[in-house]
Amino acid sequence: MAGKFIGQPIKRKEDVWLLTGKAEFLDDINLPGMLHAAFLRSDYAHARILKIDYSAALRRPGVVAVYTAQDFGDYWRPGPLQVPPPTAIKGSLFNAKPLVPIAKDKVRFSGEPLAVVIAESRYIAEDAFDDIVVEMEPLEAVTDLEKALEPNSPLIHEDLGTNLAANVIQQVGNYDEAAAQADVVIKRKILVDRGAAAAMENRGFVVDWNERAQELTVWANTQAPIPLRNAIAAKLGLFEDQVRVITPFIGGGFGPKIMTSQADDVLLPWIAMRLKRPIKWVEDRRENFLATTSERDQVHYAEIALTKDGKILGVKDVFYHDTGAYDPYGMTVPLNTQTHTISAYDVPNFYTEIKMVFTNKFVVTPVRGAGRPEGVYVMERLMDYAARELKMDPAEIRMKNLLRPEKLPYHTGVIGQDFVENVLDSGDYPAALRKAMDMIGYEKFVKEEQPRLRAEGKHKGIGIVCFTEGTAVGPYEGVRITVGANGKVNLVTGISTQGQGHFTSLAQIVAEQLSVPIDDVNVITGDTGHFHWGAGTFASRGITIAGTAAFSAATKIREKAIKLGSKYLGVPEDQIELSEGKIIVKGDPATFITLGDMAMRANPTRGVVEPGVEPGLEAVAYYGPPHGATGYGSVAMIVDVDPETMKVKVERFVIVHDCGTIVNPLIVEGQILGGMSMGLGQSFFEQMVYDENAQLLSASFMDYLMPQATDMPEKIEIGHLATPSPLNPLGIKGVGEAGAIPTPPAFAQAVENALADFGLQIMETPLSPSKLFGLARQARQGKGE
Amino acid sequence: MKPAPFEYYAPRSVEEALDQLAELGYAGKVLAGGQSLIPTMNFRMARPSALVDLNRIPELQYIRPTSDDGLAIGTMTRDSAVEHSQEVLRRFPLIGEVMPNIAHPQIRNRGTFGGAIAHADPAGQLPAISIALNANLKVLKKGSERWVPAEEFFLGPFTTVIEPDEMLAEVLLPALPPRTGASYQQVSRQRGGYAQAAVASVVTLDEDGRCKQVRMVMISVADTPALSKAAVRILEGQKPTPEAFKEVAEAVQAEIDPGTDVHATADYRRQLVRVLVNRSLTTAFARAAL
Amino acid sequence: MTKQYTIRLTVNGREYQRTVEPRLLLADFLRHELNLSGTHVGCEHGICGACTILFDGEPMRSCLLFAVQADGHDIRTVESLGTPEQLHPLQEAFNEKHALQCGFCTPGFLMSLVPFVESHPQPSEEEIREAIDGNICRCTGYENIIAAVKLATEKMAADQ
Repeated sequence: MAGKFIGQPIKRKEDVWLLTGKAEFLDDINLPGMLHAAFLRSDYAHARILKIDYSAALRRPGVVAVYTAQDFGDYWRPGPLQVPPPTAIKGSLFNAKPLVPIAKDKVRFSGEPLAVVIAESRYIAEDAFDDIVVEMEPLEAVTDLEKALEPNSPLIHEDLGTNLAANVIQQVGNYDEAAAQADVVIKRKILVDRGAAAAMENRGFVVDWNERAQELTVWANTQAPIPLRNAIAAKLGLFEDQVRVITPFIGGGFGPKIMTSQADDVLLPWIAMRLKRPIKWVEDRRENFLATTSERDQVHYAEIALTKDGKILGVKDVFYHDTGAYDPYGMTVPLNTQTHTISAYDVPNFYTEIKMVFTNKFVVTPVRGAGRPEGVYVMERLMDYAARELKMDPAEIRMKNLLRPEKLPYHTGVIGQDFVENVLDSGDYPAALRKAMDMIGYEKFVKEEQPRLRAEGKHKGIGIVCFTEGTAVGPYEGVRITVGANGKVNLVTGISTQGQGHFTSLAQIVAEQLSVPIDDVNVITGDTGHFHWGAGTFASRGITIAGTAAFSAATKIREKAIKLGSKYLGVPEDQIELSEGKIIVKGDPATFITLGDMAMRANPTRGVVEPGVEPGLEAVAYYGPPHGATGYGSVAMIVDVDPETMKVKVERFVIVHDCGTIVNPLIVEGQILGGMSMGLGQSFFEQMVYDENAQLLSASFMDYLMPQATDMPEKIEIGHLATPSPLNPLGIKGVGEAGAIPTPPAFAQAVENALADFGLQIMETPLSPSKLFGLARQARQGKGE
Repeated sequence: MKPAPFEYYAPRSVEEALDQLAELGYAGKVLAGGQSLIPTMNFRMARPSALVDLNRIPELQYIRPTSDDGLAIGTMTRDSAVEHSQEVLRRFPLIGEVMPNIAHPQIRNRGTFGGAIAHADPAGQLPAISIALNANLKVLKKGSERWVPAEEFFLGPFTTVIEPDEMLAEVLLPALPPRTGASYQQVSRQRGGYAQAAVASVVTLDEDGRCKQVRMVMISVADTPALSKAAVRILEGQKPTPEAFKEVAEAVQAEIDPGTDVHATADYRRQLVRVLVNRSLTTAFARAAL
Repeated sequence: MTKQYTIRLTVNGREYQRTVEPRLLLADFLRHELNLSGTHVGCEHGICGACTILFDGEPMRSCLLFAVQADGHDIRTVESLGTPEQLHPLQEAFNEKHALQCGFCTPGFLMSLVPFVESHPQPSEEEIREAIDGNICRCTGYENIIAAVKLATEKMAADQ
């Protein structure tokens, strides 16, 4: 559905602010009289708090106040949950342990806040930490997911009597029967370990209580301004309208910025109301690693049953999922794992079981991919082990089992994070695989180039995987579009923006529908003072859900403009069209009225307004899909491994992707490239490493390695397929997480392929040269499996 | 992460700096480039009560040829100046090989040649290079001056012979004899990142093509840069052969004690040393023969 | 409270005089004392590069400098590069090539690149990659940044 704007690589309108340093980010906000908050955090991951004495801190010049849990009285309480328990899934067990704002009696993760210091500057607030005397009784830490469920394990939440946070089983068909009939059953233990979102901008919060107006204004770099507003209002006993949450420009989200009911948003408004001064808190990088959410951290016992021809009969996956010390975000991440394990394949029998476990690490919530990468990693690895066992080519076994387009929409029988059945709505999965194979020259590489390279002693390998990506889930989003007297069009919506270009892509949709110049469309995102219904920016849903709402609202305005224009210009409606900001008569453009003048006329200062008519040229529209839209694709890569040092260079990276109708190809490609770089990071560079005391050893960029420019593939190619989604009028699907999901399994396959003579088996991600060395040695010593 | 408070001194001459250091004693810490020190201060892992900032002493920034065609490098000479100096590159191509591996240009624009050596990070490159090139280090305190060979300068992780009231003032690099070749080989996970292991070799051949001298230093595999005695024992006086290099690569395993951290196991580091010793010696001797 | 110091420095061509505590980081001084908030703070340990500025014309991390150390020196931040009406060729090229998404790292990239594009009229892809290796971007995967630098140097050569 390409048009004048939709489908065009329109340059982003917001760039000029960002490029000149004029864009306002959270820490750029300074209010008169503003104070600074800092959190004293626990070093111990598991300990009883015996005493916190902050009297000396209060005597330090520049310190205004210090609070611990006791000081908040009844205001201190856990929760609420941000995502409800999965009651939609029969037989599910869920032990709700929402976040607590600040530690009381006990700490459960290293970095948990013990006290909050309010001072004239962040420097002084940190000085005051030295004044605070903390006595704790350390307890044994829980870090291993399986050991955590053993009867003698220390308990994170004693009142539960267990560290089991949740147990959810979903089944399709009967796996045991399928396995009994299979020619081959392959079982593996697969580990997908933890990584951070590590957006370049850390989290922050500014709050100002206006005592006279009884209004609270919050600035937060949040992905969910409306839920945040509602949570703050509810906790403080205010009307929602008394709280305004404004999102400035946000320096990357990737998931963790969606969390609410954390120390900052719970405690700082309460403090601001009492001190009657604005308060700012900005997280530093160490805090971001310790106490902002992160993700992955699953142990899978997976198996696949096939015929000797490589046809999948069934898949079984029992996995442990680390939720960390609390479970405020429900089952979102592991449910995504469940829906994405069978991914793009025809798997008639499927058993999947989540054992969600509490540990002494910080909480796991979605990070770009949000559980989907784990499911895809497990499935793609199982396919690779099956291919090896059956002596089939990895591309061949995939082609054999991919769902054919005729089978779509395909009801998977697995309920997803949105509590509805995951339906693969549209697409041509084999076409994506075929196209990726063509783009990378798969057959030529495998048959001709690789044998030649191997004869030369080189270790180059190829990997090819398939994936699906659930996007654009509900519940809904909304927009309000208003044509101003100056003819310019203003769109406001509740979702916020962290770099996805909503200011431009939403404008494209509106400009297309209203036939106005794109520079005349202004977009405001994430300010609850402008718009206060919606859920937030996550799960690759922004452009699809808000975009569809924008399309609806723009359509309403278009229809009204035509109706009013017809009346005003005295011609039938089918003679009216919109062009360049004007309502004109078809074939007679000299007869027109501008949209702006029409809007003014529709808002009279005198006269009678007909019943049922709304003023101006304005429309509100909401959109909620029946279920998510599934993007999909295939990734192929060629790597070169130095077997002496086990360093890996990605020479070529090919991704074929289908996200339906593309609104802005620049933005879509940008999302794919960014996702790929995070996926590469998750494959070979990034890992959050905890020791046996649940101390985070990688709490800075010195140890947590972020991919650099020289780590990127030498040559990247993106191929597109575009199967419009049947779920919304524009046919859009999301794309934000596409690059991140398939990269780790493609990397693993390619490296195994490169080191085929070593015979090593990769059953974990992320990897490192040192880990590969260890695996190679294991393989040589005949261990492994 | 904001640094803790400190008293600040910015002397304008070496004499003033030494007076200041003498007065402060244990309380004073030299601030050179700050690219290693300031991060630790921001983390509040280091909390010096007083900083003596040497950045306002131009007389500490120089690269001067010496009478024997070596080089004297003032301690506050920026890494980037050393990296791009023709005087340095002509005499010591080894330094040219190493410098691009030290972090990134933005760090090298401020970091100093002497500062990195005085900082004595076991994973740092310049301490090892100073040993490989047989540097002599000038250490000053109020009223006296001493010279310490690089080999004797490093005592342990982040610890050197420099006393609290002293400062490093100059790195003196003696000229390399004819028929000398050098090679720096490193494995790091990312370009500019810390090396999991590295080897710097400086070798000299005599007229018959035998090894006259070998100085091979290994990085990140012990508390200080490790100058290999095994290399000397096996290679000096002999013709350099691939078999000999392999022998050295095995023999050094007894000289090193690498640790395990989040990036690499001790075993992997040993493997890297094996590989990099081979590569470094092979390349250095090939260059010496040119 | 430690002794405070009066510093005089030039920032973006303008002279400033302020009194500061020695431990005040240059990044914080620029952002909050001079209200030049275009320079961003990402890590405070010198690795991410978001805080990169020009110090006497050379790119350096402003999180690894104290404001007192800038006394008598010349600082340039992203605000000196261009205005919305008149963008620097680098800024134009970044926009054309979609080389920024969230934009938080962008000022650091731009300041690291200013001397590079001035001294490398025809950089190879390899040279560009190495020139930006000390800046971390979480959003773009670097490809479009490299394309933008190439385009910028072409623009600048054409303008000669």
